[in-house]
Amino acid sequence: MKKILVIVERHAGAIDDSAWELLTLARALAGGDGTVSAALLGEGLDALAAELAKGFDNVHVFDDSRLAVPDAEGDGLALVALIEREGYSLTLAAHTNLSIDLLPWLSVKVGGPLLADCFELAWRGDELEAKRTVFEGKVHAKVATSASDKGYFATVRGGAFEGAAPAANAGGAIQPESLPADFAPRRKALRTVEPEAGEVDITASEVLIAVGRGIEEEENLEIINSLAEAAGAAVCCSRPVVDKGWLPKARQVGTSGLTVSPKLYVAVGISGSFQHMGGVKGSSYLVAINKDAKAPIFGVADVGIVGDLFEVIPALEEEFKKVRS
Amino acid sequence: MDIAVCVKRVPDLTEAEIEIDSDGLSLEDSDLDYDLNEWDDFAVEAAVQLKEKHGGKVTAYTVGDDDAEEVLRRALAMGADEAIHLCDDAFAGSDPWGIAQALQRAIGDRKFDLILCGAISSDGTSGHTGGMLAALLDLPQVALATALEVNGDKAEVCHEVEGGLERVVEIALPAVITVQSGINEPRYVSIRGIRKVAGMDIDVKECDDLGLDSGQVGDAGARVRLEELALPPTGGGAEILEGSIDEMVTTLIERIREQGAL
Repeated sequence: MKKILVIVERHAGAIDDSAWELLTLARALAGGDGTVSAALLGEGLDALAAELAKGFDNVHVFDDSRLAVPDAEGDGLALVALIEREGYSLTLAAHTNLSIDLLPWLSVKVGGPLLADCFELAWRGDELEAKRTVFEGKVHAKVATSASDKGYFATVRGGAFEGAAPAANAGGAIQPESLPADFAPRRKALRTVEPEAGEVDITASEVLIAVGRGIEEEENLEIINSLAEAAGAAVCCSRPVVDKGWLPKARQVGTSGLTVSPKLYVAVGISGSFQHMGGVKGSSYLVAINKDAKAPIFGVADVGIVGDLFEVIPALEEEFKKVRS
Repeated sequence: MDIAVCVKRVPDLTEAEIEIDSDGLSLEDSDLDYDLNEWDDFAVEAAVQLKEKHGGKVTAYTVGDDDAEEVLRRALAMGADEAIHLCDDAFAGSDPWGIAQALQRAIGDRKFDLILCGAISSDGTSGHTGGMLAALLDLPQVALATALEVNGDKAEVCHEVEGGLERVVEIALPAVITVQSGINEPRYVSIRGIRKVAGMDIDVKECDDLGLDSGQVGDAGARVRLEELALPPTGGGAEILEGSIDEMVTTLIERIREQGAL
């Protein structure tokens, strides 16, 4: 019988949607006779625990002021003890900044194999096989674990599984848990930094021109700005452009930046990594302009032009000017 | 302060035509360029900046075949003082767990104040090695650092956390910190700079030197094995427009208007 644990990520006092996606996957992996539990850590968790109990068989609740600020080390110390006590066959978490901080450490402490950022995951006998992307997201890899008597760990790509709707009548057990007696994190949260509000709020814009590494030089942003002006759009970007200091962090779209849901999203010189596309939500009409026909962006876009952005953008600017005048 | 920095040689795929090798387990590499993993470039820069500010020494480590020596030379050219190459046929096929074990053996008997790793490698993209190394060394750790300051026996680290936020944490040293891209501006390394360090000795260590059994690392010791690489299925994606640039752009505007997105 499979016992599966889902580590629930919380953000700003709410349960992250990933918990319900992980529930779908966990149910499939648990089979008919298995169980699916959630681990919820934080402070003041009664309402969140009740919500989770509508979908999970069992909710382990670590409600403690020492966990008030989400922190991978504090969570990890609590979870090692829980996983060892309960003997979970598999522990799942969303592939996020928190799990990148937590899971490598946790899996080594418990002693089981760890699969990262899976978009498919299945049992093969008593072992696990998975699919994930490697080589900058440009190649798919099939991977498998070795046999483990300490259970398995996997982080799962956001959006890879449909979220399960919590059933109002399902009654999961809420199980209060205590932190281990020797709980002593060696790092301390000092303050949380909110992203600086930019002069432009890209989350409010209906049309976004997104620029990536393909722009090559800072001065080339000029053609993007003038395209945006012609299109009545705001300019946003992928991570490399912020890393180089060409645009402020408040313009970054992605899992480590902002989430946007415009009507029209024009990605220029952006390869379309999962980290970037994770920030484009809703039903945006997605246009990709990239010189690399094999760029992953063309796999997710609605319409694409394979070509040199330095030739395409000025022509596109002229067209936008015509239709908007 | 004495700092270890762990680096990796990876293929640069920005402009590359990717083909899977006939073994199904690697890339056809005859036309690929290799370079220092981007995140490790930031980690080496962070280490060298800390040394410049606080004194001490930077030691670069890599696990890899003979060719991996070039990324150690690059780290030396950036300002590392010493480089150690963990090189053994038995490391082939190692997962992050295997790499972390090799690094643990090499680093564990030295007294470093800080161990820096790139947060992720562009080839494996797991982001596991630093956190696993910390667990094996039983040191505190922080992942995805975007700013880093050392004050005596503590470090203040800003790192990426849930929902696009960043959080500043204080951590006791020694510690393992994994570095996110953009934390600094890695210095330029000229060909002349590489030449200058061409004569520096690089210590090479094999499994035996590290007290590792060859069954603990590589394919044999991997907890996660690669079974097959494949290019992503094509089709089902974007409608790719054809024609001259003007034709493509005109059609594009039509499509956008049909969707009511303008």
